[in-house]
Amino acid sequence: ALSSAALHAEMADDELNINGDTPITVKAPAASHLEGHLDEVYSGWLFRTDDTRAMEQDDFDNPIMIFAEKGMDNWSVADGSEGKSCADCHGDISEGMKGVRATMPKLNAKGELWSMEDYINDCRTNRMGAEAWGWDSGPMHNMTVAISVQSRGMPVNVTIDGDAAPFWEKGKEMYYTRYGQLELSCASCHEENYGNFIRADHLSQGQIQAFPVYRLKNAGVVSIHNRFKGCIRDTRAETFGVGSPEFHALELYVASRGMGLDIEGGGVRP
Amino acid sequence: MNRHVAWAALAATFTASAAFAAETAPMDVKFDDAGGVEASLTGQPGDPSKGAEVASTKSLGNCVSCHVVSALDASFQGNIGPELNGAGDRWSEAQLRGIVIDAKHTFEGTVMPGMYKTGPFIRPGDGYTGKAAPADLPPILNAQQVEDVVAFLMTLKEE
Ligand code: HEC
Ligand code: HEC
Ligand code: HEC
Repeated sequence: ALSSAALHAEMADDELNINGDTPITVKAPAASHLEGHLDEVYSGWLFRTDDTRAMEQDDFDNPIMIFAEKGMDNWSVADGSEGKSCADCHGDISEGMKGVRATMPKLNAKGELWSMEDYINDCRTNRMGAEAWGWDSGPMHNMTVAISVQSRGMPVNVTIDGDAAPFWEKGKEMYYTRYGQLELSCASCHEENYGNFIRADHLSQGQIQAFPVYRLKNAGVVSIHNRFKGCIRDTRAETFGVGSPEFHALELYVASRGMGLDIEGGGVRP
Repeated sequence: MNRHVAWAALAATFTASAAFAAETAPMDVKFDDAGGVEASLTGQPGDPSKGAEVASTKSLGNCVSCHVVSALDASFQGNIGPELNGAGDRWSEAQLRGIVIDAKHTFEGTVMPGMYKTGPFIRPGDGYTGKAAPADLPPILNAQQVEDVVAFLMTLKEE
């Protein structure tokens, strides 16, 4: 592995300012709980090529905005036996959902750790009398993107103490567990080797504040849990499912590693 | 079962066990104090050109995903580990065999995966499918492939 000075040389020296009017913090001192692990935290955006970074600077070039628009259209469409839309209860999405993405995942009133997908499905099934959306379905992707855009430029703001602490601890333990026949942990790639290349892939710190992201490779939206699923699969492991208790805990812990960074509300990745 | 078929199956079993008898199974590999493995796993000399193939193929050793090896013409070689140019000068054959079999005996806590190892693993999978591994999960490389890679590494000399 290279020295940390060399690592930093492998990263773009660039600033993200979406549409020229929404500056996004992509580099920040690490939260105190990362002491001894990381000094600074970086958005995955800094590890991408000039072309890919440019796509995220401007909404006309960011393919994820097509999905965001579909989600915003659906925001005011009534559905289910109650004949209600999201807008009926939450008002304008830009007000009702401002800052929500930055706090996810978080505990619900019953003390369960929920991701944004769970909150949306709770409203659909229990408040609208509509069917739940699949975790990685089109309407769910569209809605999570539309909601995430409303938190652009707001710092990651997850709660990790109190009743959330046991979930956070479990997620931390997973982060350092060496899974699969290749015996690699998240930290093997994203803490010990960010800035290095694994074949053609330039490793980032594996942060999630840009999610959901648009992946050029799939020409579609990728959720946080889906990314985790792929990374664990690539260690030749039996992976976990999207929406599993394990991925909820891991999401909270990984989100907390991004404290100090701003929500990007739709990143673009290769 | 038809008697001829039964005989054929029995004969095949004998042949297979005879062929494997000389091979050291992953669980029986003996590492020395420095993490090296003196004895060949197969007793057969390794083939460096086959080893080069194993080193550059994703489904096999995939060494180039983490190492630069100038002698291989694989594109996009990674830099997670050190360059392997000159590895044949830096290490003995026994040490290289140990590193390929399971580098954790040489470099404590290394990220380099064990290539001739069948466990114990945490949630082992069936290749890159994301599904659970079969009960008899084979090592990433077979014994002769390990010997081939070691033979290839021995050819990597500093000019
Ligand atoms: C009938 C009213 C109603 C409808 C319709 C409704 N919601 Fe909700 N929603 C709520 C209530 C009440 C909460 C819980 C607020 C709380 O506990 O703080 C909530 C919470 C949420 C949250 C979590 C917000 C947070 O900060 O914790 C999200 C996200 C959400 N709703 C999205 C949606 C979406 C998307 C739709 C439409 C598909 C929708 N809601 C439809 C009433 C509704
Ligand atoms: C074998 C190496 C490897 C391991 C182990 C690994 N990842 Fe990744 N991960 C990658 C690669 C390669 C990428 C794509 C390039 C990048 O952003 O690092 C990636 C991307 C990501 C991203 C997207 C980052 C972005 O900005 O788009 C997240 C999030 C992530 N990984 C989380 C994890 C977590 C959590 C774990 C452990 C459960 C993990 N990874 C384990 C290789 C790995
Ligand atoms: C996932 C990454 C990874 C893969 C795949 C990998 N290695 Fe390594 N390798 C490393 C790292 C990292 C080191 C450095 C040891 C350490 O200090 O952790 C290393 C060290 C070595 C060394 C000693 C290097 C020296 O000269 O000092 C040799 C030889 C070696 N690897 C050979 C191989 C071969 C052959 C393969 C494929 C069969 C392979 N490696 C696959 C990561 C990897």
